[in-house]
Amino acid sequence: MSMPMYVSPEQLMQDRADYARKGIARGRSLVVLEYKDGVAFVADNKSSTLRKVSEIYDRIGFGGVGRYNEFDQLRIAGVRHAELKGFQYSREDVDGRSLANQYAQMLGQIFTHEMKPMEVEIVVAELGVNDANNELYRIQYDGTVVDEHGFCSIGGDAEAVRNRLQDGYSEGLSRNQAIRLATNALADDSRVIQAPALEVAVLEAGVERRCFMRLDDPEVQSALED
Amino acid sequence: MSSISIYPAGDDPGTDFVKLLKRNGQEPFSKDLPGVIDAGHATTVIGIRCNEGIVMAGDRRATSGHLISHRDMQKVFAADRHSAVGIAGAAGPAIQMVRVFQLQLEYYEKIEGKPLSLDGKANQLSEMIRGNLPQAMQGLAVVPIFGGFDLARNAGRLFQFDITGGRYEEQEYAASGSGSLHAGTVIKLGFQKSMSADAALSLAVKALWHAADEDSATGGPDPIRGIYPILAVVSAQGFRQLSDDESAAVFTDLQTELNSDRNKS
Repeated sequence: MSMPMYVSPEQLMQDRADYARKGIARGRSLVVLEYKDGVAFVADNKSSTLRKVSEIYDRIGFGGVGRYNEFDQLRIAGVRHAELKGFQYSREDVDGRSLANQYAQMLGQIFTHEMKPMEVEIVVAELGVNDANNELYRIQYDGTVVDEHGFCSIGGDAEAVRNRLQDGYSEGLSRNQAIRLATNALADDSRVIQAPALEVAVLEAGVERRCFMRLDDPEVQSALED
Repeated sequence: MSSISIYPAGDDPGTDFVKLLKRNGQEPFSKDLPGVIDAGHATTVIGIRCNEGIVMAGDRRATSGHLISHRDMQKVFAADRHSAVGIAGAAGPAIQMVRVFQLQLEYYEKIEGKPLSLDGKANQLSEMIRGNLPQAMQGLAVVPIFGGFDLARNAGRLFQFDITGGRYEEQEYAASGSGSLHAGTVIKLGFQKSMSADAALSLAVKALWHAADEDSATGGPDPIRGIYPILAVVSAQGFRQLSDDESAAVFTDLQTELNSDRNKS
């Protein structure tokens, strides 16, 4: 008769966390930061079709790093959750905080109960209505939610990127200043990231209901040169 | 409220919003009911192709039998950034159909990362009308018109439908609702190839005025309350609805024209 091998819960969780962290560390980073008129997502991403940054709802954006298929599943789940809630109640009842909580529940559940944790880290950002504050939530592979203020970074080099952001960040940046700061923070001193290798999107209140807007390469280029 | 979930491969609702709703216990359209009911109705909507794309216009009246049930109803809506839908038929089911249609287009765009083609959008609407056939048999028919700017062809396109979901692309104009015969005749007489959007809007207002003049279920302009037809243009720049003041101005021009026509004779 064989006995199942005993593994302590501490060891199990530690192994899973290491596994997820390793997966995330392989990918490039992403920065989300607030500026005067909105929230900017800037990702180090050479692909212009496989996106790390996406629209969830009228005022909610999503950024994910790590394994593409996994954070894309989370993105789709978020869109569905938001659309269903908006249909059932009203568009203004869809909020970032509740979505972030749902993501946290889901990631926490997968981390503890599934064979393999998700190798992802995501950010949910919501543009505040009128003068209300914007909301930034960073959610980790194990379901930990962090309520961020001003700026945050996720991905392989997140800690170093965060430090560089901290040095340059102040309230009330212009959109172009924010994009430049994010781009410089994403690149370490050894390289310069050009516009085609950046994925940039913003949440900005305008005339339209949907506040999410992607910036194309020429727009990013002009922001970098401004 | 359902919690967030990832569907297993092979059992994923994909880009179909109605399927997603049903999976989550929501039934967006009513099931078959016994008997026939007479609910509020809405009429007339028209669309005209023009140089810039298309224009779409609708009167503001909803009726219930011989009574007017609503004076400032909206029958022309943006379906998404580059398309518009105008409704005629039973008001309640029509508005619900527009709502689900709008959500379907936005949902597809977000899941897939790019919008549906204009043909794809017209087909989606056609499916919804077809799905409504049992209700149509019970007196709740919905017959919209659809149009937009086709970014792939760089031209405005218009579609008309029948009650079974039949989809017909129109080269000049489309009209639906009880006043559509009268409105259609006016457009037919005034239509010119390569009209400007402004000319098409004037023609649309004229057609609606004549329809309201002949059909009791179509409302005319109401200067006392400041209620004018809903007018919209869909061009390469997207959907734009004219403000009340702009619509009033188009109507004032029509008034001048009609007055001078009468004084000539």
